[in-house]
Amino acid sequence: MSPLVGQVINLFAAVLLLIAFAMLAQRRIVTLIHLFALQGLALVGSTTTVAFATGQHHLYWSAGITFALKVVILPLILHRLIRRLNVKWDIETLINIPTMMLVGILLVVFAFNLALPISQFSQSIARGTLGIAMACVLMSFLMMITRSKAVPQVIGFLAMENGLFFAATSATYGMPMVVELGIALDVLVGMVILGVFMFQIREQFDSLDIHHLEKLKED
Amino acid sequence: MEAFFVLLAIPLLGGPCLWLLGDRNSAPEVNSGFSLATFAASAWLTAEVVAGGPVTAWGEQFFVDALNVFLVALTAFVGFTTSLFSRPYMRIEREKGRMTGPRLRLYHSMYQAFMFTMLLALTTNNMGILWVAMEAATLATVLLVSVYRTAASLEAAWKYFILCGVGIAQALFGTILLYFAAERVLGAEGNALLWTHLALVKGDLEPAIMSLAFVFLLVGYGTKIGLVPLHNWLPDAHAEGPTPISAVLSGLLLNVALYSVLRCKVLADGALESRFAGNMMMGFGLLSVVVAAFFLSRQRDVKRMFAYSSIEHMGLVTFAFGMGGPIANFAGLLHMTVHSLVKSAIFYAVGHATQKAGTQVMEDIRGLMKASPTVGWGLMIGTLAILGMPPFGVFASEFLILTTAMREHPWATPFLLLALGVAFAAVFSRVQPMVFGDTHLKPLAHQPALVPVFVHLGLGLMLGLYIPPYLAAWYAQAAKLLG
Repeated sequence: MSPLVGQVINLFAAVLLLIAFAMLAQRRIVTLIHLFALQGLALVGSTTTVAFATGQHHLYWSAGITFALKVVILPLILHRLIRRLNVKWDIETLINIPTMMLVGILLVVFAFNLALPISQFSQSIARGTLGIAMACVLMSFLMMITRSKAVPQVIGFLAMENGLFFAATSATYGMPMVVELGIALDVLVGMVILGVFMFQIREQFDSLDIHHLEKLKED
Repeated sequence: MEAFFVLLAIPLLGGPCLWLLGDRNSAPEVNSGFSLATFAASAWLTAEVVAGGPVTAWGEQFFVDALNVFLVALTAFVGFTTSLFSRPYMRIEREKGRMTGPRLRLYHSMYQAFMFTMLLALTTNNMGILWVAMEAATLATVLLVSVYRTAASLEAAWKYFILCGVGIAQALFGTILLYFAAERVLGAEGNALLWTHLALVKGDLEPAIMSLAFVFLLVGYGTKIGLVPLHNWLPDAHAEGPTPISAVLSGLLLNVALYSVLRCKVLADGALESRFAGNMMMGFGLLSVVVAAFFLSRQRDVKRMFAYSSIEHMGLVTFAFGMGGPIANFAGLLHMTVHSLVKSAIFYAVGHATQKAGTQVMEDIRGLMKASPTVGWGLMIGTLAILGMPPFGVFASEFLILTTAMREHPWATPFLLLALGVAFAAVFSRVQPMVFGDTHLKPLAHQPALVPVFVHLGLGLMLGLYIPPYLAAWYAQAAKLLG
């Protein structure tokens, strides 16, 4: 396999990480959804490249599923959801954005250190990117913690799934097909249920602010 | 094997059937019918395993051995009895206006879907499908937790969804790492995630990857077990959802999540040749027991209190499996079984008690014994059983766990004894006035379903006095498997 392929995969990985940072900093929900779709596209690109370089045919399938699910269906559902719920406004983050960026950088350093001892065992050509995959997961986690509205939390959750998927292709050549299909099904069903759920929340509270959901506490 | 097919097909068909059936008056009975058929299929499968030993099916995608066969039977049994309990319970809820036709339709079809995910998680041989089934279990129950559409129930369901979703995402990462380690040994085929294949080569799995994988898997599935500090969703989901759902969450979901961790622990132990996995489980388990015991004493809501009691007991079982060895493992398996039976029985009794009182606040529930002796006795006996009074099964398993802890890890014993003492004082002092004393409670519109309560308690009592030889042999065999 040529060094060019390695470079292309690294490029896609870098794009993924950049988008993860952009999501941390983004306040507008519509732009967050665009970023999420873009992240899905980068994922499709890297998966296709690995599939092309190694001749692993099932990776084409999983790239196809990723494209359908994460670039087309989920963003469509999310757009529909925010239109019907009318929640396009800017969102407040709990921590200000420069601090979030600094924490994000620390997470990347941490993720690279964590991945260093194990990525050397990988036979995949994309093994150098395991650290980036971990960093994406942790940063999506950070995003979920620091957003107070329901929709951005969900986008963070889906972005975390993107990072996990990237980890699967960078450490190994993707999970077995039956598992990947199961995961895709779970994500899709989960998204539909979340959509139903957000309508219930808004019906009850007239808002999608998670601050309303802080009554159940131990006193 | 046909038994696998039938066992999984019944609840899988049951969900859509009940959805199509919609809001008929017979829906609860049809739900029970499907559950009974599932239980019969599990008995068939169990009989096959008894006759022929461990079986695999469908290109080894499914398998049953000593560790999961009794859990399959237990899951199907509790699923069936809970469906019996939910018949009068849901009719009363409907007359109170808390449930409506569409909500009942959702409830019944999701109940079957949940049973399917539990049985799939238990019988699958594929660690990836195990993950898929655990996630699907959350999806099936999240709309049931919020079914009353109150502010509190929506909050509980949101917490449940997000916390379990994030937790289970960690487990997915653990599964990816597990596959990563396995692929180096077994090659990049579909077989590399099959547990039976992994168990054969567990000694060759790369220790550095496996230790990281186990941490993620324990944290991920541990969220579902309700281990402290990942337990926040559990009391809310138990308290705000309908009581049959509290019963199956406590009785089934926690067990199956713990079962997933056990499967991973066997692999991690084989790869690591150290007590790393066991030590982590002991730490999480002990923390859960102690923290839950102290939270128990601060509860006012009866379902919340018993939810914390579930955290305490699951912590105790996790601690037992963490210690390892034939006796502690045996005790852990016994405790899983008895806790599942007794805790669901308590939730059945509590369900009817809260319906009578119209509240879940314990101070407002008084004199159950006078209002309805069977509910009162059910709650009292169930409470004594769950608190570890002899001669119930919980006493036997707790006694075994404590004596093993004294012998092998004496430092842990004071914490365990203190926690069990605090839990006893807290729960007993609250349940006693609820059961005895004067009352102003009204009788219920429908005859409460109390047969399941006493059948469960009877089984719990039997397991304390006499364990059938088959079951004992399974426990012993499974304990050996767990190492």
